[in-house]
Amino acid sequence: MRSSVFLLCVVGLSLTQIQFSSADLVDQTCKQTPNYDLCVKTLRADPRSSKADVTGLALVMVDTIKAKATATLDRINGLLGTTPDPKTKAALSHFVELYDNAVLKADIPSAIEALKKGNPKFAEQGINDAANEADSCDRAFGGASPITSFNRNVSDLSRVASAIIRLLS
Amino acid sequence: MADPNPARTFNDPEDPIIAATVPDHYSPLLDVDPPAGENSRRPLKGFLVILSGLLLVGLLMALIGKSGPSVSQKTDLTLNAPAESTNISAQFLEPVSRGPSAGVSEKSFRLHSGVRAPFPWSNTMLSWQRTGYHFQPEKNWMNDPNGPMFYGGWYHFFYQYNPDAAVWGNIVWGHAVSKDLIEWLHLPLAMVADHWYDTNGVWTGSATLLSDGQVIMLYTGATNESVQVQNLAYPADLSDPLLVDWVKYPGNPVLVPPPGIDDRDFRDPTTAWYGPDGKWRIAIGSKVNKTGISLVYDTEDFKKYELIEGVLHAVPGTGMWECVDLFPVSLKEDNGLDTSFNGPGVKHVLKASLDDDKNDYYAIGTYSLESGNWTPDNPNLDVGIGLRYDYGKFYASKTFYDQNKQRRILWGWIGETDGESADIKKGWASVQSIPRTVVFDKKTGTNILQWPVEEIKSLRKSCKKFDKLEVGPGSVVTLELEKATQMDITAEFEIDKEALKRIGESDMEYSCSTSGGSAQRGELGPFGLLLLADEGRCEQTPVYFYVAKGTDGQLKTFFCTDESRSSLANDVDKRIFGSTVPVIKGEKLSMRILVDHSIIESFAQGGRTCITSRVYPTKAIYGAAHLYLFNNATSANITASIQTWAMKSAYIRPYSSHAF
Repeated sequence: MRSSVFLLCVVGLSLTQIQFSSADLVDQTCKQTPNYDLCVKTLRADPRSSKADVTGLALVMVDTIKAKATATLDRINGLLGTTPDPKTKAALSHFVELYDNAVLKADIPSAIEALKKGNPKFAEQGINDAANEADSCDRAFGGASPITSFNRNVSDLSRVASAIIRLLS
Repeated sequence: MADPNPARTFNDPEDPIIAATVPDHYSPLLDVDPPAGENSRRPLKGFLVILSGLLLVGLLMALIGKSGPSVSQKTDLTLNAPAESTNISAQFLEPVSRGPSAGVSEKSFRLHSGVRAPFPWSNTMLSWQRTGYHFQPEKNWMNDPNGPMFYGGWYHFFYQYNPDAAVWGNIVWGHAVSKDLIEWLHLPLAMVADHWYDTNGVWTGSATLLSDGQVIMLYTGATNESVQVQNLAYPADLSDPLLVDWVKYPGNPVLVPPPGIDDRDFRDPTTAWYGPDGKWRIAIGSKVNKTGISLVYDTEDFKKYELIEGVLHAVPGTGMWECVDLFPVSLKEDNGLDTSFNGPGVKHVLKASLDDDKNDYYAIGTYSLESGNWTPDNPNLDVGIGLRYDYGKFYASKTFYDQNKQRRILWGWIGETDGESADIKKGWASVQSIPRTVVFDKKTGTNILQWPVEEIKSLRKSCKKFDKLEVGPGSVVTLELEKATQMDITAEFEIDKEALKRIGESDMEYSCSTSGGSAQRGELGPFGLLLLADEGRCEQTPVYFYVAKGTDGQLKTFFCTDESRSSLANDVDKRIFGSTVPVIKGEKLSMRILVDHSIIESFAQGGRTCITSRVYPTKAIYGAAHLYLFNNATSANITASIQTWAMKSAYIRPYSSHAF
């Protein structure tokens, strides 16, 4: 009985050891980004992070941006259907195009390919663009709109991803 | 974008159906701010009934689909939904805005009054951006120039290309040929990623022409495990002057990263030069920690290589060296030299593209075949810390020896500086610089001179001359011109001697990039030309000289391009850049500018300092673009003599047998 408890403790401890050493990479990497908390929270939420190298962590971050951009796109599409003001509508349409054609169809796939194929500088371009597009969307609405937090999430995540990608070159 | 319901008059824009469907897409990886909770409470039972009803409808909507039509369906249903439920659903299902007024209602959000909406690029504006006479494929993304050479009576040009999109990805080798470096015929792709050793990228490489007529192409492949290796390829049929088909050596890769070099820091093999003992030599850029280096290999057959001990050269702190280039320049003659040339009266230029700052740096020095090292003439101006080929947007450049006209010719990749979304909309990204001849600057001994190839003159038409125009301080002169979007301009300036004598010393060192651009007035500058300017000059791109006395009492001349007002759009880069340019006593200040829609290439003092700029005006396009001469100095009178030519567009089309 005691030996099995002991064995369990050893196994449990070794598991936590493994957890600690990969958490170190997450920790180390996130310290070099402009938003440590967001970085750690995002990476730890994804099971891939525990076994990933820095490229892998960058990919996790890019996948998160993809998910968030998709959510933003859907939100904007929704607002587009209900907003009466034509100027606002026009701006929203522009952002739909931005998030759909630019961020989701080009920036993100290009960044993922660049990371997977070992040419991270082209990933940096795409992600920086995603941050810029999210920022311009945010600025247009003066930082107070139903999509503000969506835009800011995309922007913040992109800046973190960009910092991680820069570590690769 | 289609407006699903333009006739809608329903006041409350809050749409609970949308809110209810958000959870299907929203990945809750981030903590949601707790609801502000200032909304008034509703009867719980009524709310639950309504909420479950809405959720049910929402589920139905999600099943039907998320595109345009379903949006209008959602809004139709909202017409029936009671207004009071909306705030509560929003509270539970989406993060509250972090704006100053927490929980801002959907009703009240508007475009911020003080901020412009992001620029709505029209197709007219975007299609104007395409160049008239710079090399670019018909569509999609391009980057580094590859394997340029003259063979079989044709100039060959290869390039990194994405056949599928206007962003980087799926990289293959594009190919085009020309008789004059100006008119091009697009050929089929030369190489694609079809082997394990280049499946993740057919990247940059260079050509070597052997005296027996063989053509050697070495290029970097990214393997299936993303290891950077060097591969050998050669034409399938040397009797085909167009070299359409290429064969990859079955024994590839011929080089893998050596010990101590990271798998991802080993790329861009150079043209080979003849070494001692009848062997060939190539250089490959890399880095060790933060020190940029160039490795050198010996080979006899381009299949087996021997790493030479040490490095060609290394400069600490410069990071990864991409697209390394080493070539000789004659100190006395005006012609270019074959890459293998060496001897007295020759110096070697070593160049690297720095991954860290995306600029191309060069240094002049001496290459010793015996020691295998290259040493800079001036260690303070070593590779990566000294002179740049170009002070604007210009990267991954590569030279080749044109044995046809005995010139050394430089190609540079000019990327976009607008947003990627605009590139995607317009369907293309990047152009190449107009090929430039490269010679040693005998007058300064410290620079090389770059100049657009002579053949570009074949596009010139309708010359206009403006002789000795006097421009007082703070004035603008209109130069009447048609087609100010495709131009070749040469200009000479003289500053009045009195002003030169009067000028006081400055305790601040001027720099193009930290200055206020053309709006920052000094005693002896800025003065120059306003390109792509509309009549009201809301949009303008000044290219100018600024002369000042430095802290050492010496007159210094700066050559800058100011993009800060180049466009009303706020989603494009608008930088001010440039550098000092050496001016020999007695020289007039001279500039040459090639304007070609969204690219401006500027050359000062015969090409001692060059600046390439990408601009994306929204108004100063087509017939609305004009050329002005300006003098924004406070003290000096300027005398300017200008020649302008309208430029025809170059024939750059896919090859067809009818072309002959």
